[in-house]
Amino acid sequence: MKTTNKNRTRNIILTALSFALVLGILAYLQGNRAQYSYAISILERSAIYAVVAVAMNLLNGFTGLFSLGQAGFMALGAYTVGILTIPVELRESVYYMNGISDVIKNLHAPFGAALIIAGLVAALVAALIGIPVLRLKSDYLAIATLGFAEIIRALIASPQLDRITNGSYGLNNIPKFPNIFYTFGIAALCILLIILVIHSSYGRAFKAIREDEIAAESMGINLFRHKELAFVISSFFTGVAGGMLAMFMQSIDSKTFQVSLTYDMLLIVVIGGIGSITGSVLGAFLVTAGREWLRFCDNPLTIGGVNIPLFRPGFRMVIFSILLMVVVLFYRKGLMGTNEFSWDGLFGLIKNIPGRFRRKRKGGAQ
Amino acid sequence: MSFTTFLQQCMTGISLGGAYALIAIGYTMVYGVLRLINFAHGDIFMMAGYFMIFAMASFPWFVAIPIVLIATVLLGVVIERVAYRPLRNAPRMSAMISAIGVSYLLQNLATYLFTALPKGYPEIPVLKRIFQIGGISASLVTFLTPVLTLVLVYLLITLINHTKIGMAIRAVSRDYETAQLMGIKINRTITLVFVIGSLLAGVGSILYFTDRMTVFPFSGSLPGLKCFVAAVFGGIGSIPGAVIGGFVLGLGETALVAMGQSTFSDAFTFVLLIVILLFKPTGLFGEKATDKV
Amino acid sequence: MAKNVLHMEQITMQFEGVVAVNGLTLDVNEGEIVALIGPNGAGKTTAFNCVTGIYEPTLGEVSFQGKTILRNCPQGKMKKLYAGDAPMVEVKPLIQTPDAITKMGIARTFQNIRLFGNLSVFENVLIAKHMRAKQNIFSAALRLNYKEEQRMRREAMELLEQQNLAHLKDEIASSLPYGLQRRLEIARALATEPSLLLLDEPAAGMNPQETLELTQFIAQIRQDYHLSVFMIEHHMDLVMEISDRIYVLDFGRLIAQGTPDEIQNNDRVIEAYLGVTHDAEN
Repeated sequence: MKTTNKNRTRNIILTALSFALVLGILAYLQGNRAQYSYAISILERSAIYAVVAVAMNLLNGFTGLFSLGQAGFMALGAYTVGILTIPVELRESVYYMNGISDVIKNLHAPFGAALIIAGLVAALVAALIGIPVLRLKSDYLAIATLGFAEIIRALIASPQLDRITNGSYGLNNIPKFPNIFYTFGIAALCILLIILVIHSSYGRAFKAIREDEIAAESMGINLFRHKELAFVISSFFTGVAGGMLAMFMQSIDSKTFQVSLTYDMLLIVVIGGIGSITGSVLGAFLVTAGREWLRFCDNPLTIGGVNIPLFRPGFRMVIFSILLMVVVLFYRKGLMGTNEFSWDGLFGLIKNIPGRFRRKRKGGAQ
Repeated sequence: MSFTTFLQQCMTGISLGGAYALIAIGYTMVYGVLRLINFAHGDIFMMAGYFMIFAMASFPWFVAIPIVLIATVLLGVVIERVAYRPLRNAPRMSAMISAIGVSYLLQNLATYLFTALPKGYPEIPVLKRIFQIGGISASLVTFLTPVLTLVLVYLLITLINHTKIGMAIRAVSRDYETAQLMGIKINRTITLVFVIGSLLAGVGSILYFTDRMTVFPFSGSLPGLKCFVAAVFGGIGSIPGAVIGGFVLGLGETALVAMGQSTFSDAFTFVLLIVILLFKPTGLFGEKATDKV
Repeated sequence: MAKNVLHMEQITMQFEGVVAVNGLTLDVNEGEIVALIGPNGAGKTTAFNCVTGIYEPTLGEVSFQGKTILRNCPQGKMKKLYAGDAPMVEVKPLIQTPDAITKMGIARTFQNIRLFGNLSVFENVLIAKHMRAKQNIFSAALRLNYKEEQRMRREAMELLEQQNLAHLKDEIASSLPYGLQRRLEIARALATEPSLLLLDEPAAGMNPQETLELTQFIAQIRQDYHLSVFMIEHHMDLVMEISDRIYVLDFGRLIAQGTPDEIQNNDRVIEAYLGVTHDAEN
């Protein structure tokens, strides 16, 4: 669809309006924090997950590397932020069981710097891991990255690192973001940077690798260098998001970062559409909010004195897994496929709705 | 460490390895025919554990075991039919996500149906009887596992190498499209592979959980991943490879636990995976596959 | 004499026990169109893959514009297995990845077209410009390389215009008809700014009319882009029409070389193609 000049003006206005609307809603929520704390926490978690999902999409959807190491890189980011930001005077009490290592005892950074360091730590580890694993093909790569995530988790929980990671007690007293603008601002910035990468010449090279490795190589694209680059960038933002999650949750332990966390991220990417950034963002909000919204399924439900039998703890996760299977089996493209949201697309869709009905009716008559 | 303790530990390791080997065969065979990591295999194994709990509640063990095996096989076949068959010509990533989805579903279903709390695994008195050989004392199941594993593997290899249906499995693993052109019934062959894989996972589950004593919804996920690593170690597609991989993992893990490094016993698996992928990506007995240019 | 562009010396490629290319020595000189022909399975594509770095040749040396770019001798267990004709000599191996070879100025197309199927025609060509850009990931992501990006886009567009593909620039590559896909693949290869173009069966699957057009097209791009062309082809009309010299491969060995006229009258070539044995002739 060609964007005409008139439409372009319309699109800019609409974008500005929705941006203002989002800011307005955020300001309202921030102003009435106490009242909306539950909604705010859902939105914050969604925003953080959106960063991970978009970073995962950079690898899985755009570079064609099926990596399942997200939980590990999030753990690295979360622990880095935790170690750097817990107020120095509270550290004695956080580490009261194991004692704190002298190395980190007085190491403190403001959260902005801590988040960047978190990303850098994750990126550095990714660079090292990437050297052996990125030579592997699809499913082997998935298993190897999954394996590394588990190794990272095992290391974090290991008694040898008790005085740094606080072993199985985890870290707590991690300071929160001062207000929700930070959470959303940082998340938006991360996603924006990833989008810029995807739309750059490097992003095209990543897509070439996804499409056909041999052809990409014959176009002068060094496979290893570009795969490593995609892996490092994705891990950097996954690490930052892990750090944000630590600040959001305020207390973390190694159990937070199990394989199931990676699977949750995969669920978001798949539902949103592998290869669509807006899909991943949408998916993050829908899945996180949906999961909360479906919480009623976990409680016994009585309608008109009749106890509905299915409703008890665990039911909502069953619904979620069935939903995932339905998407995978019948709606493989997810919400967005490989398309991105655009106003033109939205209006086109609205215009098409009557047409669709007509076609359906015709189909029914035949 | 005294020599008897050493032998005792070896016995534990071999026994664990036997159970791993049985599960690893399921991975290796499915990968062989579908080029798919059946992420749900570990959860089929976990479900078999729950089946046993329920079967033993109403039946004596010799009736319960066949019921469990049949139920496990049915579960495996249904999963293939519903979740994998429709995606057979889809991109590999879709099939893999479907496998992860099934795994996720089974875990959540188990949590929903049986709660997240560990459930006691029923004791089969015969298997638990303590035997004394030399200085080593262990329950029958510890001695039985490796023996049973080897017997089953022998039967399986005979089936694959000396029967018509085994030939079909080999043909499908080699080249699925050509096999189809040769008139081999692909669907039946693949179903059979899932029957065999799930059956062995069922047997493995009984042997494994009898030693562990509890089942919970996630008790299949880590053993599942480990057994996949065992299959990769041995060379994916190779049954003897999977068996050797299973034993290597079982022994290695037990050795780490014996040395007091139990935190790393799980990580050991993945270190092994990475080492093998780096130095011999095709595993011990795997065949090399190259892209045609 | 014209300057040498590509020289293959005793190139041998052995897979386990099979010697797919056996002691192949050939030259491509500046501005020439050289064809490599031979029956199916003669090892032609394998020879290409040895030049472009997709395979590491078991033995032999490749030089490009007078500079050695690849060199190898049997390593490890291949030492025992080696069954090629060329004598085994110890050399220090020089192995390069395909992207490095492309960067030196050797571009190629593939027998079974390998376009970036889900990307647009324009993107397919634009990707080839990536390798020569001076940007880094930061300048590219932060759009500090604006001028360079503009230049890459302009060059890609110019190339599409020259190849009469400009009107298709937003089409998805895999949706193009077969002949145009071939054309796009060649355009994409040209976008890497090569001095030697390797074409692997460019006329495969084309009808006589399309083949004729392709013949003219190849002759044209040689002139326009000052290229040397080295191609594998089965369409004898095309080969005899535009090749300056022809090499004939059979069972991995070079059985003949010469001008189109010489090759057309060469008994060994006729024998290889028709499978006529000496006994039958008598």
